[in-house]
Amino acid sequence: MLLAILGFFILLGFISFVTMEHEGHHITGMTNQVIWGLPHVFAIFLIVAASGALNVASIASVFNQKMYKPLSRLSGVLALALLAGGLVILVLDLGRPDRLIVAMTYYNFKSIFAWNIILYNGFFLIVGIYLWTMLDWKVEKFSRIAGTTAFIWRLILTTGTGSIFGFLVARQAYDAAIMAPMFIIMSFSFGLAIYLLVLMASFKWTQRELGDVVIKRLKNLLGVFVAATLYFSLAYHLTNLYATEHHGIQSYILLHGGVYTLMFWVGQVLIGSIIPLLLLYWPNIGSNPFRAVAASALVILGGLAMLYVIVIGGQTYPMTLVPGYEATSSFLDGEIVSYTPSIWELMLGMGGVALALTIVFAALKLFRLLPVSLSDEVATGLK
Amino acid sequence: MSHLDQETDMKNTAKSSAPNKIDQYRRRFLGGSVAAVAGVAIAPGVFLQTVNAKPADQEVTANNRWGLLIDTTKCASGCSDCVSACNKEHGLREIHGPETDAQWIRKVTLKNKSTGHTINLPMMCQHCEKPPCVDVCPTGASFRRVDGIVLVDKHICIGCRYCMMACPYKARSFIHETLTDQLPHAPRGKGTVESCTLCVHKVDRGDGNTACAEACSHGAILFGDLNDRSSEISRRLATTGGRELRAELGLNLGVRYQGL
Repeated sequence: MLLAILGFFILLGFISFVTMEHEGHHITGMTNQVIWGLPHVFAIFLIVAASGALNVASIASVFNQKMYKPLSRLSGVLALALLAGGLVILVLDLGRPDRLIVAMTYYNFKSIFAWNIILYNGFFLIVGIYLWTMLDWKVEKFSRIAGTTAFIWRLILTTGTGSIFGFLVARQAYDAAIMAPMFIIMSFSFGLAIYLLVLMASFKWTQRELGDVVIKRLKNLLGVFVAATLYFSLAYHLTNLYATEHHGIQSYILLHGGVYTLMFWVGQVLIGSIIPLLLLYWPNIGSNPFRAVAASALVILGGLAMLYVIVIGGQTYPMTLVPGYEATSSFLDGEIVSYTPSIWELMLGMGGVALALTIVFAALKLFRLLPVSLSDEVATGLK
Repeated sequence: MSHLDQETDMKNTAKSSAPNKIDQYRRRFLGGSVAAVAGVAIAPGVFLQTVNAKPADQEVTANNRWGLLIDTTKCASGCSDCVSACNKEHGLREIHGPETDAQWIRKVTLKNKSTGHTINLPMMCQHCEKPPCVDVCPTGASFRRVDGIVLVDKHICIGCRYCMMACPYKARSFIHETLTDQLPHAPRGKGTVESCTLCVHKVDRGDGNTACAEACSHGAILFGDLNDRSSEISRRLATTGGRELRAELGLNLGVRYQGL
């Protein structure tokens, strides 16, 4: 049943891809002003989360926390699946997806995009090997080194993803070194939120026991990441608020930006940060599984809102041609431009999410990814 | 040599085939002309005759740096002759409206927020010496010719639009729909990015001018070689100066403005 629903969304994504490529991008909400749209929000969210989904495996292998060891396989598979889902969206949104082979064979090494292609492919390879060392006892002795390599690689990978925006000197909303570390901390948060939901769902559906000890640990960790993401966002906005030249864009995002202001305060800050923090840490407001599920779901929604504000909000604000002068033109210079996502973009984005989940569920069926039990006795024994 | 050049050369070579020129063919073949060898490779037994265009084997050199000098005090409000000329020259048409249609050149009006002082100017690709679009392009499709013209190689552009995100001048357009009836000298196609080519086909043909500059009846646009000290553009820049837009980015633009 679940696979049928996921399959349906993948089909919708495919239909969207075929339609967009046949008609051209004019059927989407994307324009020459808002160049990257909803597909990119989904794609970047999944790619960032992919790196963070590896958290649990890294904690086990790199930091030698034994309790996380039985959780590592799912962590690796989820990381690969999310990356695959995100990249599929990105590739199918290209103007010429048929030229993927060109992207794989022509490299401009000054481009962070070109580096990312290498980093993404490398991530598949390294995490793939890492998973192998976790699944096959004959190569298990290499698990530590593979895990450490994967850990370093994913930090570089998310640095690359954040730098897509960090390196954009032209636009006031981007062009900031903090983008790279902020994306890393976002990855920790979004990836762990998705991991928690997938973990709890898969334990429930396979009737395995997942004790409070594990959930409580992971939920507390999620809280740290959520707070850290909020801190980075605060540092980014405060720094820009200090510089007069950035007052325009800052007041746009924080005060007058309409949907983007709403998404920032209600989506990212309230739903994505404050409520999850209360859910995770406020005493006596429910069981640990409830807190973890509710907070994770909200962190995912808040994360999508955050990326929507960064990716799309940042593009809708005009660039300054000559300081002190307002520009007008037939090409919408100097204007705050509007963007309404089309159904095609939503379908493509959802298709990528569905693909990632399908890969996870297929892997759960094919491989022994989950431990027999992680009840409190088992987990305490592993500490 | 760029792919675009190769493409143009190949077209020229193919067009020039004609029968009953056996002796000429032999002479050219024995002479080892690059064009003839290429022609033989793609169309054996087809005969060639002289092409009246920039010789394919004459490389573009860094001796030239092509650029524009725009006098905003001469640029008339409400006039868009340069835009019409560019559209005609390159086959750009209105399709789905200003949000998604390609605009290689546009008229921008700048109004001072406190004094109300107004400036009119044409905006196009600024042909940077250090173009951000070239830096970010993953495949190298965005490239800068040694003579300073920034172009897109339509054969390897994958349509990722990162160059459009990176351009400080909004100079680039993405093709949002299927195009028909493109002009041979202006290859364009759905799913790729394009921008002002500084009329590279005219430059290579030796016209010594761009369509926009030719069309400007107010004399507001001057095309020329920034590397040639004796050229009019260089002399005028030396005497009256010219500013770059967003000069703080340090990109060393090929397009300069007076009266900003």
